[in-house]
Amino acid sequence: MIDVVDLRVRFGRVEAVRGISFAVARGASFGIVGESGSGKSTVLRALSGLNDDWTGRMAIDGQALAPRRGRDFFRRVQMVFQDPYGSLHPRQTVDRALSEPLIVHGMGDAEGRILRGLAEVALPPEARFRYPHQLSGGQRQRVAIARALMSEPDVLLLDEPTSALDVSVQAEVLNLLADLQERRGLTYVLVSHNLAVVAHLCGQIGVMQGGELVETLSAEALRAGRTSHPHTTELRRLSTELEEPEGPITL
Amino acid sequence: MLVDIANLRVTFPTPRGPSAAVRGVSISLGAEKLGIVGESGSGKSLTARSILKLLPGNATLAADRLSFDGIDILAANERAMRAIRGKRAGLIMQDPKYSLNPVMTAGGQIAEAWRAHHKGSARQARDAAMDLLAQVQIRDPARVAQAYPHELSGGMGQRVMIAMMLAPDPELLIADEPTSALDATVQAEILRLMEDLVARRGMALILISHDLPLVSHFCDRVAVMYAGRIVEELRAGDLTRATHPYTRGLLDCLPALSHPQPRLKVLVRDAAWSA
Amino acid sequence: MSTTTTLPGLRAWLLTDTPASRAQAAWGRRYRIWRDFRANGVAMTGLVTIILLIAAALAAPLLATHNPDAQELTNRLATPSAAHWLGTDELGRDVYSRLLFGGRITLGMVVAVVLMVAPVGLAVGTIAGYLGGMTDRVMMRVTDIFLAFPRLILALAFVAAIHPGISSAIFAIALTAWPPYARLARAETLTIRGTDFIAAIRLTGATTPRIILRHVAPLCLGSLIVRVTLDMSSIILTAAALGFLGMGAQPPSPEWGAMIATARDYMLQQWWVPLMPGMAIFVASLAFNLLGDGLRDVLDPKQR
Repeated sequence: MIDVVDLRVRFGRVEAVRGISFAVARGASFGIVGESGSGKSTVLRALSGLNDDWTGRMAIDGQALAPRRGRDFFRRVQMVFQDPYGSLHPRQTVDRALSEPLIVHGMGDAEGRILRGLAEVALPPEARFRYPHQLSGGQRQRVAIARALMSEPDVLLLDEPTSALDVSVQAEVLNLLADLQERRGLTYVLVSHNLAVVAHLCGQIGVMQGGELVETLSAEALRAGRTSHPHTTELRRLSTELEEPEGPITL
Repeated sequence: MLVDIANLRVTFPTPRGPSAAVRGVSISLGAEKLGIVGESGSGKSLTARSILKLLPGNATLAADRLSFDGIDILAANERAMRAIRGKRAGLIMQDPKYSLNPVMTAGGQIAEAWRAHHKGSARQARDAAMDLLAQVQIRDPARVAQAYPHELSGGMGQRVMIAMMLAPDPELLIADEPTSALDATVQAEILRLMEDLVARRGMALILISHDLPLVSHFCDRVAVMYAGRIVEELRAGDLTRATHPYTRGLLDCLPALSHPQPRLKVLVRDAAWSA
Repeated sequence: MSTTTTLPGLRAWLLTDTPASRAQAAWGRRYRIWRDFRANGVAMTGLVTIILLIAAALAAPLLATHNPDAQELTNRLATPSAAHWLGTDELGRDVYSRLLFGGRITLGMVVAVVLMVAPVGLAVGTIAGYLGGMTDRVMMRVTDIFLAFPRLILALAFVAAIHPGISSAIFAIALTAWPPYARLARAETLTIRGTDFIAAIRLTGATTPRIILRHVAPLCLGSLIVRVTLDMSSIILTAAALGFLGMGAQPPSPEWGAMIATARDYMLQQWWVPLMPGMAIFVASLAFNLLGDGLRDVLDPKQR
């Protein structure tokens, strides 16, 4: 479904992404982990069309992507952002946020689609005419997910979708994402700094460091510790040590 | 007892009457490391900041007892508080980007913090700053001292912040989510560093965080807050033996690398927890 | 809806957490802003004063005690009295009545200037800020050129080049008043442009004009309204200054600045004659400033 070959992104003199390649099958999830500055979010922004200054080859469903995307691309590929406080327009109600994609793509039955969209992310119908500041962080992220789904996309790009949320809300949102994938056959690319979150949702995982994809491995291999790159090993060790409430942390 | 809090209440006025954000919290603390854990809005930050009387302007503070080293904080005026804040109790906040002065070098800021509480020449202050930078395990103190905050990485900035707070030799350090903005590898280093410094100097530490497993690694005791109350207080090593359903729920809903689950457990909130 | 017929019912309808339509949500938001604004006594004073001034100007024919142009040469420069509440001017005209009718001209000029200037500034600022690059550079250099001229001098030159009068004074002031709004709107747009919610809207595939008009511009409006209100006083003063210099409203028109100009010869002996229009200018300017300060408290996102 998604093919990325030798993607490079520059910011002035700095090469933030240095030739990475990966492929994601239809209905599968690919996770990208890395620390801040590793270039993981930059990959997502290039893929989504927010950043058009890149070289290499990217294709969705066999169609090569140009730097400037057409309307059909934006219908099929959608993105959910990290900060649910920043990704909703502060002066627009939930209803307005959800109807915007429908207007842009000329999709009818706005009333029915909005109500079904709210129900799909388990938001009560009363939330429909609220402003973002009247919602909790988890509810806002649900709105952002509902908005991304309005145009009935095939691919969802998830940029740290739960890292701004409380852990209890994180679990709800991760469950929701898993359900939606199953129900709609969505293809996910998930970017996160949290190994456990990525391994929970994704079958294949790419590890980024300094703009390069240093290792690609399956979630089972990661859990079992069959890592080959030292950075992956280090991230895995820290993650497993921290999730055990007792026991030492080695630095 | 360095910090003694009994029945602390923090309320905010709203158009529908006062709303309580902290509802009867009691904590006492000696030279030890206490973690306060809770979700956003649980009142964990407000509780810790009450000790320094650093609350939003419209908050009302009340307690049966609120004292720092025998000083009655409730009765203390602004002047008495200034003698405590920064000097006897330091506060480290989440993002060093916003808490360091952008137009002053790191060394200059530490030296100034030192001079504000010690008598000494500019030269002595500079030396003290170097010494503090070395204490927070910065390998090249001379270079970092000359650097401006935007030239430092997040972890380095947080080390500078810690050095600044240590300058006046405080007895208490309050760290409010000190590593949430940092990478996992740096996060563990910073927490370990704070743990070491606090132990070596015989200080008390209050570590505020949303990350229950993380905090338990670096604290002696953990207080779990929910809706303005402490629902459970545990020795850090006893986390697996937590009894309160909220604490258990928090631990259970985390995805874990070592225990894969097809579906995450969801925290089901009980109205009785906040009653 | 039957519950909205009573006042408490209306308030509950506005303040509900679960509005049932977009309009209800929007009115609820406006009501909350109004409630915040109402709590600010000083700003309310400004608002009430402005409403009274505008009402007085609109109702001038009803409130005036005399014809503003009727001369009474036997009763020149009279002190305030029961017959002439604010005295008479050098031609024996009733100052109170002239102030009322003059308010129509002065406040009318202000409104006309604002209606011309604010949309232009908003459009230039948001387009330049959102598109960036070459468009931004060209548009902002043009703005800078206008910004570099002293307002009164440019207005004077402009009026002198055409012909003195109210409409050319309005054009002249408008010509010099828009650049600060463009700059303000551009600065706001630059911060809005980088936010995730604009990124999300770009990813719906929305066209650039749609994004600017529907998503960026509404967010710039708050600070623009504040700035316009605060600038009203300086527009009043510029209009008055042009009138005073003989380049704006022409005698016998009772524009406030022109009234001071014609009365300036009597400043020392009959001081109340220029004082009255001076007071009117002062009160109107101050009221707009107080209103602007109050609006900033409730509208400016950075103050929240």
